[in-house]
Amino acid sequence: MDILRPILYYAIFPGFIFSAVVGLLTTWVDRKVTARVQWRVGPPWYQPFADTVKLIGKEVVIPANARRTGFLMMPVIGLAAATLASTILWIVNLDPSKSFVGDSLVVIYIMTIPAVSMIIGASASGNPLGILGASREMKLLFSYELPLIISVLTAIVKVGSFSFKNILAYQSEHGVIIWSISGIIAFIVAILCAQAKLTFVPFDIPEAETELAGGSHIEYSGVALAVVRLNMAIMFFVLPIFLITIFWGGISFDGWRILTSIVKYVVIVVIMVLIKNTNPRVRIDQAVRFFWGPMFILALAAIILAKLGL
Amino acid sequence: MSITLKALKKSPWVFHVNTGACNNCDIEILDCLTPRFDIERFGIVLVGSIRHADVLLISGPVTKNTLPRLIRLYEQAPKPIKVIVVGACGCSCGIFRDGYNIVGPVDKYLPVDAYVPGCPPKPEAIIAGVVKVLNTLG
Repeated sequence: MDILRPILYYAIFPGFIFSAVVGLLTTWVDRKVTARVQWRVGPPWYQPFADTVKLIGKEVVIPANARRTGFLMMPVIGLAAATLASTILWIVNLDPSKSFVGDSLVVIYIMTIPAVSMIIGASASGNPLGILGASREMKLLFSYELPLIISVLTAIVKVGSFSFKNILAYQSEHGVIIWSISGIIAFIVAILCAQAKLTFVPFDIPEAETELAGGSHIEYSGVALAVVRLNMAIMFFVLPIFLITIFWGGISFDGWRILTSIVKYVVIVVIMVLIKNTNPRVRIDQAVRFFWGPMFILALAAIILAKLGL
Repeated sequence: MSITLKALKKSPWVFHVNTGACNNCDIEILDCLTPRFDIERFGIVLVGSIRHADVLLISGPVTKNTLPRLIRLYEQAPKPIKVIVVGACGCSCGIFRDGYNIVGPVDKYLPVDAYVPGCPPKPEAIIAGVVKVLNTLG
């Protein structure tokens, strides 16, 4: 049984099936809130599930000039990485004793793999728009990774430890990190970086429905497109949980804290959706300048404030 | 009816192609997405790439230049795909029937599943056409 347990963790709870279901529900929240902002009614709750099931039944078209292996394998690798990040985060949140040294850095590292796999998959598609999307995704990845890591380092400097266990213990002892000056600055930087990581609207430059017609996932169809969308849904689920764990005291399932956990999660998701709905798309050079200029300076200020003990 | 067809009825993604229409039908198609009609309630969204599409929505008589592109789009689409023609031009070439560059209505080249006549058709008529196509799925 001890051998089976990690597989169960990874495949069912809190791994693939759980994060896929909650991630798809989160994309429904996104679409519903978007519709309400635009004064529409919006789709029913089962819409993302219907989309996924429909895509499984469609034909998979592989373009004649695509590299078959890379094109089809990369979404699966991204999905595996997103699921792994979700599993680590949930296991650490539910049982802090399972934490290991440096797991926060491992999760940051794993969370870049979906973006990298998307870059390789789009480059293998052989479509000029897809390759353009891949090149933009690469520039975006270079621009947001730096401020995201520095803002997470702010919390690590405050706590003095790399492991989620100590970060969570510090927050239950001294109050959550977000209620300090350095914490709130770092949180703002991190949520904007998360927006770029999910390629949501101010930074949806690699996808750009109206400009690149889907960009990095333009050539995917059928099951492959379902995997790509599932990948994005799970990332939409993982990033708020990651931000809550680092800055906002973590998730818990015991007693009344389950309600506050859900409230925290929904608040972060709705903030992201509102940013998405109230901003126009920026150009790639503006995005790079934004992340390496103001965001980097803010993150540095946060880390200096944290070192000073604020 | 299989579960994937049932799901297809709940989320038809539409790729819109203009084969030489005067843009009037296109504006009426976009009207369907506005708050008044909001077809996203039924899972219908416009997609940017033909690889994601379940429904090929064609407006306009087919001109000489757009014909090869139209046929290529149909071949590129992942099957099953449904074809809807919106506007009098697509159904029968309309007022452009005698034009020097018109090579005929859409159904001369592609299997069409629904015709929505009108110049331009009302959004209600377009929605009714989509519903009829979805009912042919079973």
